[in-house]
This record gives sequence, C-alpha cells and structure tokens, in this order.
Amino acid sequence: MTKILLANADKPGQNTIAKYRERGGYKALEKALGMESSAVIDEVKASGLRGRGGAGFPTGMKWSFVPRNTGKPTYLLCNADESEPGTFKDRFLLEREPHLLIEGMAIAAYALGCHLSYIYMRGEFGFLEQPMEAALEEAYKAGILGASVLGRDFALDIHLHMGAGAYICGEETSLIESLEGYRGYPRIKPPFPATHGFLASPTVVNNVETLAALPWIITNGAQAHAAIGTEKSKGTKLFSVSGHVSKPGVYEVDLGYPLLDFINNEAGGIPNGRALKAVIPGGSSVPVLRAEECQGVLLDYESLLKAGSMLGSGGMIVLDDTAKMPEVLSVIADFYAHESCGQCTPCREGTGWASKVLRNLVAGEGTKADVDRLLKIADMMEGKTICPLADADVMPIRSFVTKFRSEFEALAAS
Amino acid sequence: MIEFSEDAKQRYKRILSHYPDKRAALVPVLALAQREFGGWISQEAAEYVGKLMGYPPSDVLSVATFYTLLHTKPVGKYHLEICRNVSCWLMGANECMDEAKRVLGVRAEQITADGKFSWNFTECLASCGTGPAMQVGDRYFENLTPARLGEIIENLGND
Repeated sequence: MTKILLANADKPGQNTIAKYRERGGYKALEKALGMESSAVIDEVKASGLRGRGGAGFPTGMKWSFVPRNTGKPTYLLCNADESEPGTFKDRFLLEREPHLLIEGMAIAAYALGCHLSYIYMRGEFGFLEQPMEAALEEAYKAGILGASVLGRDFALDIHLHMGAGAYICGEETSLIESLEGYRGYPRIKPPFPATHGFLASPTVVNNVETLAALPWIITNGAQAHAAIGTEKSKGTKLFSVSGHVSKPGVYEVDLGYPLLDFINNEAGGIPNGRALKAVIPGGSSVPVLRAEECQGVLLDYESLLKAGSMLGSGGMIVLDDTAKMPEVLSVIADFYAHESCGQCTPCREGTGWASKVLRNLVAGEGTKADVDRLLKIADMMEGKTICPLADADVMPIRSFVTKFRSEFEALAAS
Repeated sequence: MIEFSEDAKQRYKRILSHYPDKRAALVPVLALAQREFGGWISQEAAEYVGKLMGYPPSDVLSVATFYTLLHTKPVGKYHLEICRNVSCWLMGANECMDEAKRVLGVRAEQITADGKFSWNFTECLASCGTGPAMQVGDRYFENLTPARLGEIIENLGND
C-alpha cells in the first residue's frame, strides 16, 4: 500500500526542516509555485481528494467556491482542533510531520491567493505549541514563509493560534467565531465561509490530514492519487484505532481496505481471546456497527454509508464482548452534553436529558419507558439545530438503543 | 492593581501583531493572563484584559467562561485533567479518577489545602490509543494506572 502521509513518520527527526528537506521536502511547493494557481486547484480537483476532518467534501471543489477579486483578503485556516472521541491522527501528524503540514498549507495558500493563514490548534495540545512554533520559525528562516516564498513574488504568513478547550470549535463556523475572539457559537449557513468566513472575508477551512496530502499530490500528480482507493473515495486515509485491540495506534491504508482486515492485521486483532462485539468506525458521533454488520464492509465513504454508518474522522473504537453498551453510550452522551455550546435549545436540552436518562438507566434506576424516551429525545434533536453537534449525539443514541435494545431493557428491569 | 510583567507585555504585543483585527487576539491574551495571574481569570484579571484591549469585563468573562481551559475559579498549582471518554474509560480511567480523589483527598474541582493540586475529569484529549490519559498544564501523561498516577502526584508534589 502507498504511504502518502506516513512514509517517513517513523524515522527520527522528521520534525526538523533539515531532515524534511533531505527527503525532498518543499520540492512540491517549488513545483506548485511554477504552476498557475488555477492549475493547482484543477490538480487537486482531479486527484479526488476529499476533506479528512469528517465530512468528506471534495477539497478542490471547496476551494473553487472561493470568489476572486472581491477586494478582501482570502484566509486559509488549518483545522487542528482534533477533538472527536476516538480520533488522534492529526495529533500524530502535528507531532511528527509539522513541515509536511506547512508545505501543504503553503501549496493551498498559493492556489487560493491567500497571504495570511492560521493553524487553529486545540488548547490541550499545549505540549505541541513550542515544537510547532519552532517549525514555523525554521520555515521563515529558510525563506519558505514570509515576504517572498522560495524567492517568488508570493507572500505568506502562517501563525499558530491555540484554542482554549471546546470540541465545538472543530466545526468550521465555530472555529472562525472562536478565532475572531468570541464564544465558539456556530453560525447559520449561508453565507458559507467560502464567501463570508474569518472577518467576513473569503475563507477556506481544511483539516490537517487534508492539507498534509497536498505535497504528495503535487509531486506525483493527480492521476497517481486518483489511482489509489475506490471509484469515489480516492487516496489513502489515516485511521486511529483504540479500545479493545492489541495494537492501538495510527495507521494509513488505501481507502477501500476491508474493515475486519484492518482490525485483525493492522490493529493486531482483539486481545485476550475475546470476540468482536461492535465497532464505532469514524469517531464517537457515527452510528455503531454490530460485529456481523462489519462483514465485507470496506473502509471508504460509500461502503460505510451503505453499511449504515460513516467514515467520519477515521477514529475507530473497537469493542469486544465484555463491553456493556448502555454504559458506553452513557459515556458518549455525557460528552455531547458537556460539549453542547448551548446556543440551540434542542441540543442544549436534548444532550443534557439524554445524558441524565442514561446515567439513571446505568445506575439501575431507570424504567422501560426510558428506553423509548431516549429515541424520542433523539427525534426531537435531529435536524433542528444550527450545527451538527446534536445529530452527532443522535447517531450513537439511535444506533446503540436500536441495535442493543435488550441490554437497555435488561437494565431497566433490574 | 495587577499588571502584566515586562515579558508578558512583549508577548502581548507579539500576539496582537499576528491578527488583522485586535479582537482575534482575545483568547490567546486570556491564556497569557491566566499564566501571569495565578492560573485563573479573576474578575480583576478580566478587568485588566478588558481595559488593555478596550472591552467591558463582562464581555471578556463571557468569552472566558466558554472555554474549558480558561478557569474562572482558582485551581491548584497542578490541575490534573483526567480524560473520561470512551477509549480511556475502557482502559480504566474511572479507577484513575478514584485514585486521584483518594490520594489528594478532595473532590473534583476542589483544591488541596496546600494549594498544590486540584483535579477534574475532562473530555477526549486525542490520546485514545494511549489511554487512560491526563493533561497537567502543558504536559500529557498517558497509559495511566492508579499506581502510576500516585507516583506522578508524588513527583509533582515534591517540585
């Protein structure tokens, strides 16, 4: 399998510009700067690259929505607010490959005509603040950032902006609101960030993994990228796998790789001779799959959708036959209740009530009516809010309760 | 009357220089103020930041209260934030929280008598493959066990 992102991640010292350049780093940027900016966008479009933050929207198309010559600056924001439970792949890149990200951002900025860009990194990654600042400083000193990128007539500044602890700020309009210095309340769309984003100017928000794939695409060409993966899911994807597996960690596989092979081969299988019970394939907000539903499922956007779940962020949580599903759901529901920003009533109230009802059930103090009450709460939240956080609570609630109903009812009866 | 140190004033200027709009600097400036003024944003700190940047303290506090890492109540010198999310929980985060409570002798969000420690549960730290995980300031501690947590607390306490 081709490694687009992790080819060098296990070699020591890749976070320094010297090592990065030794292996040909920043040559892709050089190549991109020799192209027309519109040709870079066309290349990314043809590569089939889709946003790796969770939504899977085609990256080149997202870029093409940005209007030109508005008289306002265009901003590129790197979403490094990775907070979806089960997801730790961007952290892996930020720790080991900061220059891969900076090069990807510089390519994207050139394509978009952007001269000021930010990395919005979650505040919890405070331990990565100095290393990332150091990498940016190295890039400035090497003339990769600043008034004249690699000696060309193109200026680019990239600054690191640390968040301060809020899951919702990974949602792009919330990220923008937070970057502007306000509470991270998501905005109503339209207008979309492409036309009215940061400081009411054209803005593109791209995930770390998406941006880090750009140097490979420019170096090897769109066709080489489009040759990897499935018909609609092109390229490779990072999966961070955790829970009941022998080798939790971050792995890069071609899109379309079989889910069960991934768990057994890459992640080392289920330890202690236990059996697989369920998989949350794409972060805690996607519907859970029972073991038997995983048969034949491939790790790509379409296949997981067909199986009734989503690829999401690629944050895979594996559960063995000891997992008590109402307790797992209760932990997940607590998370959404804690992280609801409180702006929309259905979400603020719904996530809170779901969390309380589940805690009650797990404590053995619930009734059978509570099981249906959870589904009713889900119905009352779904599609009734500004951003998808409520839906992100609905998907686990509905899938856990319907697929493992007997476990919930057994608790209610006890 | 509180005031930034000379070093913090330089940092403040540097932060402002990163943004085309002053307001965008507010969250980083609050983080700076928290480091400067004893680990939390008091009313006095909010008034100082507000005056410095030209916003009413209520506005400053409305932002500070939104973010988990900005504390609007005092915390210990070492504030232990233990992840309680799915992967950490599967690997034994609850036992670690019980141990924190037992060793420190205080409930979540309370400070030990010597002012050195406080603890709280927190949400996913992106350490799911190395859980249970805990954040203390700019440091992560991973693959925790109750015994290891006890050692970490002892080592921090000797600082």
